[in-house]
Amino acid sequence: MKNRIDEAFKKKPIFMPYFPLGYPDLATSIDVIEALATNGADLIEVGLSFSDPLADGPVIQQATQVALENGITVKKSLEAVKELRRRGVTIPLILMGYFNPMLAYGLEKFIRDAMDAGADGFIIPDLPMEEAEEFESALSGATQQGSEVEAQVAQNTRPSAALRFAHIVPMQFREDEYLPLIQMLAPTSSDERMESIARNAKGFIYLVSVTGVTGERREISNDLGALIARVREHTSAPVCVGFGISTPEQAAQVGQLADGVIVGSACVKAIGGSESPVQAAREFARSFADSLRR
Amino acid sequence: MTTLLPHKFGPYGGQFVPETLMPALIELEREFVSARNDPAFNAEFDKLMASFVGRPTPLTYAKRLSEKLGGAQIYLKREDLAHTGAHKINNALGQALLVKRMGKKRIVAETGAGQHGVASATVAALLGLECVVYMGSIDIARQEPNVFRMKLLGAVVRPVSSGTQTLKDAINEAIRDWVTNVRDTHYLLGSALGPHPYPTIVREFQSVIGREAREQMLMDAGRLPDTVIACVGGGSNAIGVFSGFVKDEHVELIGVEAGGSGIETGKHAARFGDLTRGRVGVIHGTRTYVLQDEDGQIAETHSVSAGLDYAAVGPEHAMLRDTERAFYTSATDEEALSAFQTLCHTEGIIPALESSHAVAEVIKRAPTMRKDQVILVNLSGRGDKDLNTVIKEMQKSE
Repeated sequence: MKNRIDEAFKKKPIFMPYFPLGYPDLATSIDVIEALATNGADLIEVGLSFSDPLADGPVIQQATQVALENGITVKKSLEAVKELRRRGVTIPLILMGYFNPMLAYGLEKFIRDAMDAGADGFIIPDLPMEEAEEFESALSGATQQGSEVEAQVAQNTRPSAALRFAHIVPMQFREDEYLPLIQMLAPTSSDERMESIARNAKGFIYLVSVTGVTGERREISNDLGALIARVREHTSAPVCVGFGISTPEQAAQVGQLADGVIVGSACVKAIGGSESPVQAAREFARSFADSLRR
Repeated sequence: MTTLLPHKFGPYGGQFVPETLMPALIELEREFVSARNDPAFNAEFDKLMASFVGRPTPLTYAKRLSEKLGGAQIYLKREDLAHTGAHKINNALGQALLVKRMGKKRIVAETGAGQHGVASATVAALLGLECVVYMGSIDIARQEPNVFRMKLLGAVVRPVSSGTQTLKDAINEAIRDWVTNVRDTHYLLGSALGPHPYPTIVREFQSVIGREAREQMLMDAGRLPDTVIACVGGGSNAIGVFSGFVKDEHVELIGVEAGGSGIETGKHAARFGDLTRGRVGVIHGTRTYVLQDEDGQIAETHSVSAGLDYAAVGPEHAMLRDTERAFYTSATDEEALSAFQTLCHTEGIIPALESSHAVAEVIKRAPTMRKDQVILVNLSGRGDKDLNTVIKEMQKSE
């Protein structure tokens, strides 16, 4: 059985905005993400905040700082994901955050609660291939535990028990034992690294388009086509490009080369700086989705 | 992927950085290993350590302090007499020579107290490299003389006003610069912190302190010390001096963290000392003890000394602590300030506020020891940079 991520890539290129939970406040951020989802986003990177986001530029630094000042936590973020599912958001939601808050929460518990909430995968910018094993093994630990629950549910014929467990894990994940840790590649990655990273890629590849932190850039690099071609030599997984894409025109340009376009800082800036963030989210999502579908 | 050198210290250390930086770390490790096996590199390093840095630094018997405390005999390893006034130059010079070898032209560095920034600016001037130093706005205010020194030496000092505006945030900014300019820029990390291979590289370049001190102890005192004491921020001076004695199992190793206003107040930088908030976590590319809240957000720290004002400790210290090869304690701001004055009065030496934390532990410990016992304390830097802070603190307490 396919999961939500694979479903999303049936139409390409996909539009993948990033927005941090808790910014400018928790309730608004949930509304914003819902608005992005219902106005053309194909997959959303839901941001978990961290005090020291070393891969992020000023816009996301400032937004996540505000979220933290307003009391966002991992627990509240996961509850917010659950709320989004309750509201009927069906597109994939990938949790994007730094490693330490996940460690502090407890890796297996974090993964189980994320699955329970209805998340579809993880992006952890400070977890390169070299350090991914711990998370991967927690992932398989948590997923196996999920299967055990499923087995118990299956064995138990009483409908009440089935109902009691039904909310824990959406059925499709337990079949496939796969809530991916999305692998990142960068322009500096050697062919050797690309090969080992891409070989095990699940879900999609997050290709960082520029050497640098998140944030808008005036122009898309001329080398992007060649970079994407290098990645494709090593994998058949969808390749999504992020970092530095700030306008619908740039998105369309990248969309001709990649399977997905990730827009972070520009999204946070347009929505966070607006008087009516939800309206801004609708317009933002529509303009980018339209430019990709044209 | 395997690393050429061990990339962990027990469960600590590692490489928790964005993919963009991984190739740079791999290159750095390769270059470091090949440089250390290259007699020409070592000869150049040793030559500059002697002719430019002024090594070996002396070992001073602190006669009047020993008499005053009435217990153990106290020896000071005088890193304050190294060029630029602190041990930081040892590592800065070593890494800068690696930069030349790698063919990079630009270095970025972080600094807390300004000592590492000054050391980086100095070696950049010496070797003709462009140098940008990131420094928290609060640290800029309290270490003004060092800011001026860096500028005189031709470095650009970039104030960091995000987060806590101290060392932690300076490191964030330095890493962001490095991620952006990694192809031609080296991050000259100043403490035994960060992703592999930094903790190992920094220890190796700082191990000269321990090697010299061990030899000098045998020459001057005719024996090894019973106890070696050093202050621990990230922990580069401590790991440098400890490395000379770590195999001498009977030599006790003591690290002193910043106790700030007192552990119980929550305003401190005692990662090992605070049993509630000091937990194993990941920050700036390494797994180690980190002061953090329940949600894994890095805690604000406080210390009168900018160089110890940091939420994490070097990963090798975490291992030394777990294996009980070294022991860690803390000294408060007040104890450090008082030790600062004691050393000024009894020995005619103005120590850095960081090093004063180590002296504070000497003052507590020496009287409990016998007169035939010996303490070696690493005087990691001189205190000229701290005069403004000390004047202010002394006026406060008057």
